[in-house]
Amino acid sequence: MTGVVQGVGFRPFVYALARELGLSGQVANTAAGVIAEVEGPAVAVAAFARRIAVDAPPLAVVESVQAEAVEPAGGTEFVILESAAGTGRTLVSPDVATCADCLAELADPADRRFRHPFVSCTNCGPRFTIITGLPYDRPATTMAAFPLCPDCRREYSDPADRRFHAQPIACPFCGPRLRLYQPGTEPRYGEEALAVAHLLLGSGGILAVKGLGGFHLVCDASDETAVASLRKRKDRGNKPFAVMAADLAAARSIAEIDDAEAELLAGHLRPIVLLRSRSSSGIAPSVAPGNPDLGIMVPYTPLHQLLFDQPGPCVLVMTSGNLSGEPIVTADDEAEVRLAALADAWLGHDRPIHVPCDDSVVRIVDRAELPVRRSRGYAPFPIDLPIPVRPTLAVGGDLKNTFCLGDGRYAWLSGHVGDMDNLATLRAFEKAEQHLELLTGVQPELLVTDKHPGYRSRQWALRHAAGRPVVSVQHHHAHLASVMAEHRHDGPVIGFAFDGTGYGDDGAVWGGEAMRATYDGFERLAHLRYVPLPGGDAGVRNPCRMALSHLRAAGLPWDPRLPSVAECTGAERDLLAAQLEREIACVPTSSMGRLFDAVSSLAGVCHRVGYEAQAAIELEGLAVADERGGYEFALQGEEIDPAPVLAAVVRDVLAGVDAGVVSARFHRAVAGLIVAEAERIRTADGLSTVALSGGVFVNKVLLSATCRALTEGGFTVLRPHRVPPTDAGLALGQLAVAARERKEGTACV
Amino acid sequence: MGHGGGGQMSGELIEHLFVPAFANPVLAGLTDSAVFELGGARLAFSTDSFVVRPLFFPGGSIGDLAVNGTVNDLAMSGAQAAYLSCGFILEEGVELSVVGRIAKDLGTAAERAGVIVATGDTKVVDAGHGDGVFVNTAGVGLVREGVDIRPQRAAPGDVVIVSGMIGVHGIAIMSVREGISFGTEVVSDCAPLNGLVAAMLDVTTDLHVLRDPTRGGVATSLNEIAKAAGTGIDLVERQLPIPETVANACSFLGLDPLYVANEGKLLAVVAPGDADAVLAAMRAHPLGQDAAIIGECVEDHPGLVVTRTAFGATRVVDTPIGEQLPRIC
Ligand SMILES: [Fe+3]
Ligand SMILES: [Mg+2]
Ligand SMILES: [Zn+2]
Ligand SMILES: [Zn+2]
Repeated sequence: MTGVVQGVGFRPFVYALARELGLSGQVANTAAGVIAEVEGPAVAVAAFARRIAVDAPPLAVVESVQAEAVEPAGGTEFVILESAAGTGRTLVSPDVATCADCLAELADPADRRFRHPFVSCTNCGPRFTIITGLPYDRPATTMAAFPLCPDCRREYSDPADRRFHAQPIACPFCGPRLRLYQPGTEPRYGEEALAVAHLLLGSGGILAVKGLGGFHLVCDASDETAVASLRKRKDRGNKPFAVMAADLAAARSIAEIDDAEAELLAGHLRPIVLLRSRSSSGIAPSVAPGNPDLGIMVPYTPLHQLLFDQPGPCVLVMTSGNLSGEPIVTADDEAEVRLAALADAWLGHDRPIHVPCDDSVVRIVDRAELPVRRSRGYAPFPIDLPIPVRPTLAVGGDLKNTFCLGDGRYAWLSGHVGDMDNLATLRAFEKAEQHLELLTGVQPELLVTDKHPGYRSRQWALRHAAGRPVVSVQHHHAHLASVMAEHRHDGPVIGFAFDGTGYGDDGAVWGGEAMRATYDGFERLAHLRYVPLPGGDAGVRNPCRMALSHLRAAGLPWDPRLPSVAECTGAERDLLAAQLEREIACVPTSSMGRLFDAVSSLAGVCHRVGYEAQAAIELEGLAVADERGGYEFALQGEEIDPAPVLAAVVRDVLAGVDAGVVSARFHRAVAGLIVAEAERIRTADGLSTVALSGGVFVNKVLLSATCRALTEGGFTVLRPHRVPPTDAGLALGQLAVAARERKEGTACV
Repeated sequence: MGHGGGGQMSGELIEHLFVPAFANPVLAGLTDSAVFELGGARLAFSTDSFVVRPLFFPGGSIGDLAVNGTVNDLAMSGAQAAYLSCGFILEEGVELSVVGRIAKDLGTAAERAGVIVATGDTKVVDAGHGDGVFVNTAGVGLVREGVDIRPQRAAPGDVVIVSGMIGVHGIAIMSVREGISFGTEVVSDCAPLNGLVAAMLDVTTDLHVLRDPTRGGVATSLNEIAKAAGTGIDLVERQLPIPETVANACSFLGLDPLYVANEGKLLAVVAPGDADAVLAAMRAHPLGQDAAIIGECVEDHPGLVVTRTAFGATRVVDTPIGEQLPRIC
């Protein structure tokens, strides 16, 4: 058996299955996977072979089962052999939310693990974040410092026990200990620590709590003073905070949740799910200002569970414990220093986190998962590639960085690393990369980067190449290759890569691209007409300026009745006019993300952004569901001209049409554009598979409408499902393209 | 075009094309000026070409730049400039009065810097083959006994000092060239730095590094130092002297003041024990009144320059590559 078959209770499962079927033999972990030999009646052996994959334990992912006949050994016992040393292509399990059995023990006063904040078993608990080496065994985890007591040892050694060879297990006698630190007081431990934590949370305090993959900053989500104070201390602008609800019922009281969303929210992965918040949720306005959605999760560790088991807040803000832009803090002593200005007290413990792992963030669109951040619970589970790669490291993009290691048919996409202009993030990247190399055994012979000459990820690769070739892949080509790879599609496809910013082959900022793409290359078939992006990042932070730039490009006057024009002071308008006229610090861009910004501002929704994609998110949130009208782009050969769309938006806004209607009509226009272009390309090229990628497709309204229309039009649609469509999925695409890389060209002045 | 921007692309051009072609130990140091022994004297020698647009700007002209640029390149080796050469390349059709004004500025600047223009040359190119006026200057000067100023000498613990406000020249040039104003007028502070350097050397001959952060700004100069010395450099964001006008202009244009060109400014890296005395000497000089300690060399992150924000986060300040491009997706 190959796949994720170690550290997930696979051998005990084989043991139990063999015993049930009355078979003798043995089972062992090897570098290649799990090998079992069974001996007994033919019917029973056949049943064993059939059930081994079907009945596998919940965390196991069986990729292949090979059966062959061997000489009978004549034994009568079934035994589990010790793990053989040596590393191999064994797949490490992600961290897993507390299982129902463990939760029952946590709540049972008669159980010896009653209220034990570290209860875990073969089916749940930390894995990835505590593994320091392979093979996966207790000494190679951060539990090495906790020798098992006789009771735990017995469970660990009993093949019939749920804790057989479960590396993270412990109990109140032999396990880690909770510790609460509050400046100016003596540290408190265990139940006492929990009691103080409760008291603090109930009285508006901000608590740093150590989770599976790092510290969270936690406070009562209904306490506006506490939330506003956390927002200020974290220098957070108005970027939304995630919350943790006590359970599914508590989550339902603050957000609208359908079946698919409930299943994801309370399942075994337990990511943050983006859900439409209820108007009367009782959640403090500072949790997600101006945002129609709430990022909600439910407890996934026993410690989280214990935070909710007494009267007190039933929804807590739970945001990454870090300084703005820095990676999540994992060590207790580091947390007390780095988060000194952010928290009132620290609830930690002595089980070290070896590598950080942020919470995953997922949206449900058309009952299917749309990953926004793929981290805890998902990483480092590999993605199977449609084409083989030699040992390769793709370093990804610069914002929301993830990287990807590949070898053969496997690609390991890392969890969230962060924004690479930060020194601490750069270091976290290095550490995470080394850790993933260790876990996967991949020693990269080739490095892959984006083409953006200013990307720190690219600089890092060039600095660390050590003689290995470094190839670069165009940003939007990588986006499309990413969604193709996760669908195991070999191309060619009609690809739409819509995002905010990506370095184009002509030095412009691309982002509204229709391409014919394979892993070997791409052809840019159509793109949004270039408009100047005034002041680079400054233009991104000020959607109202982007609106004015778009108006100017479309030949529309800066009518002072338009909200975007009214937003700018006279001086700002004059400066902007001069800047656009003389093209000072203006880069031409075909970005769809910037068009969303412009329309959001024109509709009066958002003029200045405090976090990435804020203007587009708020515009999407307003879209009226049953609007049937739409705007239309002008398609002229390679150029997609948004001028008619802008003219129509201006007409509607001046006529007093509701922003939600304008938003809906704009979304329909973009979906319509995709279908029209796809049809044009199908007619010319005969292609009928459409790939959608780029951060713009995190937009639920757009993705859903586009997929529906394309499907009705007879297209096969590759939509982001396992890997984020944002730059967080870029590395996978880079890897897939590099698998087919040819020689680089020569440089010129 | 990006190859002339003073950032990473020009660095590549020099390293891969020019240095191999002229291979010799003096050039290999890649300092602003070459220092060598000749007839028993320790000389510094440097050349620079000036292709700035516009030719005249608030606070100076290409004539001032041509003198001060070379005088300052020499000063960054601790040398006092003595003689300059001056070559003009004129585009056919350029007005004589313009050339006259430049020549006059050049003479005045030489006098101010205490340097003699000893030799010169003029060429005329066809209309359309130049941009009005290009000027090249070269200069020689003497280096004091015991002075050894090189980027390689920056060491962990050393203190980084800037002699005044950052980004003023670049923004002044831009506001004139593009005809836009950012509220109050920004005036370039183009000036000869040999006097300031002499005042610093009077305090200690053991200055480790001097650099005038012209093209590519403070960020580029500090990156060159960090890489040459194999040390890290930590800047403290709130200690950077940036005039409000420059900050506003940069914020509007999406530029980082650390990358904006300066004239008449220098960066000094000095031993921690010398920092206070050197800073005091600088502040006592008219060109160093706003001098400030902006950071230090560290053992951590060798070769990298970072700034520490008020919230304690550390941002990597890379060598700029060509023009500044947005990275936000
Ligand atoms: Fe992108
Ligand atoms: Mg020079
Ligand atoms: Zn469990
Ligand atoms: Zn125990």
